[in-house]
Amino acid sequence: MKTYTNPVYGYRRAPELDGTIRHCGVVIVGAGPVGLAAAIDLAQRGIPVLVLDDDDTVSVGSRAICYAKRTLEILDRLGCGEPVAAKGVSWNVGKVFHGDELAYQFDLLPEPGHHRPAFVNLQQYYFEEYLVRRADALAAAEIRWKHRVVDVAVIDTENGTEGDTEDNAAVSLRVATQDGDYALTCDWLIVCDGARSPVRHMLGLDSEGQVFRDRFLIADIHMTTDFPTERWFWFDPPFHRNQSVLLHRQADNVWRVDFQLGWDADPEHEKKPENILPRLRAMLGADAQFDIEWASVYTFQCRRMQKFRHGRVLFAGDAAHLVSPFGARGANSGVQDTDNLVWKLDLVMRGLAPDSLLDTYDEERVAAADENILHSTRATDFITPKSAVSRTFRDAVLALARRHPFARRLVNSGRLSVPAVLTGSRLNTPDSDAFAGKMVPGAPVADAPATGPHGDWLLQHLGGGFDLLVFGDGVPGDAARDLAGDPVPCRVVQVGGKPGGARVVIQDNEGLIAARYDARPGTCYLVRPDQHVCARWRAFDSAVVRGAIARATGNREGDPQWAH
Amino acid sequence: MGTLNTEPNLVAPDDFYDELIGLHRGLTEGESALVNAKLILLLANHVGDPDVLRAAMAAAREDVAPAR
Repeated sequence: MKTYTNPVYGYRRAPELDGTIRHCGVVIVGAGPVGLAAAIDLAQRGIPVLVLDDDDTVSVGSRAICYAKRTLEILDRLGCGEPVAAKGVSWNVGKVFHGDELAYQFDLLPEPGHHRPAFVNLQQYYFEEYLVRRADALAAAEIRWKHRVVDVAVIDTENGTEGDTEDNAAVSLRVATQDGDYALTCDWLIVCDGARSPVRHMLGLDSEGQVFRDRFLIADIHMTTDFPTERWFWFDPPFHRNQSVLLHRQADNVWRVDFQLGWDADPEHEKKPENILPRLRAMLGADAQFDIEWASVYTFQCRRMQKFRHGRVLFAGDAAHLVSPFGARGANSGVQDTDNLVWKLDLVMRGLAPDSLLDTYDEERVAAADENILHSTRATDFITPKSAVSRTFRDAVLALARRHPFARRLVNSGRLSVPAVLTGSRLNTPDSDAFAGKMVPGAPVADAPATGPHGDWLLQHLGGGFDLLVFGDGVPGDAARDLAGDPVPCRVVQVGGKPGGARVVIQDNEGLIAARYDARPGTCYLVRPDQHVCARWRAFDSAVVRGAIARATGNREGDPQWAH
Repeated sequence: MGTLNTEPNLVAPDDFYDELIGLHRGLTEGESALVNAKLILLLANHVGDPDVLRAAMAAAREDVAPAR
């Protein structure tokens, strides 16, 4: 590749090769985007975490290139949003062509007044590199490169036998290195080792779903051009008849071209530069100047594991669920998995929430995965119709879309990733007061301009722990202090009003926070550590807030863990 | 006398499309054509207005093949 050289991270000999078996709180398998996000989140909370990866570099090839606003917001909380946003290419407009005519156009440009754009495109290697840099800066995170997990078992710590009796269970690992194998044990194992997930196979667990009988060629090309920074998708273009093509810009003047090839294509043949070049020449013109950076032929599946939690083993990202690339729902949903998981694991490890809180990771993220799989499957059915009648309807939609607006809504080249709204979660406290707008219990909190001690945006003042976002100064100082001193602390973030004790005060100069949260003086929102709303009220009541925090942490009143 | 509405009017376009394709799952091409014909007749009866139906037929015929 011309524009990027993969870093080589140093292998280090494991001290365990020379001594005793180490017992860890958390081990993460896989230092991809998802494993790294989990490691950073845990380490930021002061939980020592060991990451094992079988390679010694970041992604080879660009792979996942579209990162959604929600991912950037999560990375901001993890201290590495800025480099991704700065290096990434932001875009809002998508165009869909049928033949050589524009069939449909969408604009993801959100309302103004958000810190992060709808999407940035960035090669996965940069994304991973920035996360590795962040993890390396955290004392509690240790990444071991070229350490491959070769065996995993759940053991009973009381008698040392295999079995998954929950209370005394631990996970034992065998790790292979160039200097030999060593053993480790841990309380919790987070599995982020990708679509093929060797660890999932070692544990004999399945991931079930649908294989799509189609093949696609990805070619990353380096070229300087005046093409606009937009997502262009063609059905049946003149330069690649009867198939689809996607063109998308990445950083460093690298462009992703994705050619649908059909199921019968020979991957080895199609991957050769001499066979890729004519396709690119037909598309870009005989005189276009470009270099091929990287190429790959892929096929895809939409599937998930039945459960993402198996006792002390937690699956996240592609290891747990897999979607087609149309819609950018792979890496983006994997990062949301860790955002959902880590605060819960933190509370459980510190004895502040019952083990059952981790079951809600499974419930909430399985629901999100199903939503992603549904959208991804529908897009794939539109791009790769599975029957003659399906193809006829698809072509009819595209033909009608040229003239008739209704049909444009049916054109589906991928419905782009949006964050999960956890409306059905048992961690939410149902509304008892009337509210309008989108900030329902379960929704990720909307950003808005704010002036405060942590920056110019609302989201910079929320997250990590529980926050009570209150409008006006209706929370007395002693109540704010008491909430901040609880076993599961809750920080008061006050919008406007008179400054008081034990709180962060921010100003809503543009009035957008109040507008987006349908706020009146006294309105309170309880925000989870992963920046999702879990309760809201029109007036502050400290007992009610505590009840909602108890519910959101799996602790009900009367529960022994809550009786501190 | 109504006019044909070609502005977005479906409550949930992706859900509708999914059900429409699902309706044909497992059918032969001939069976699918029959299901489609019945569907058009049912919807035509529901619409009723001959001007709307004529406009829809013209829009559907457009660009398909020159009149013979």
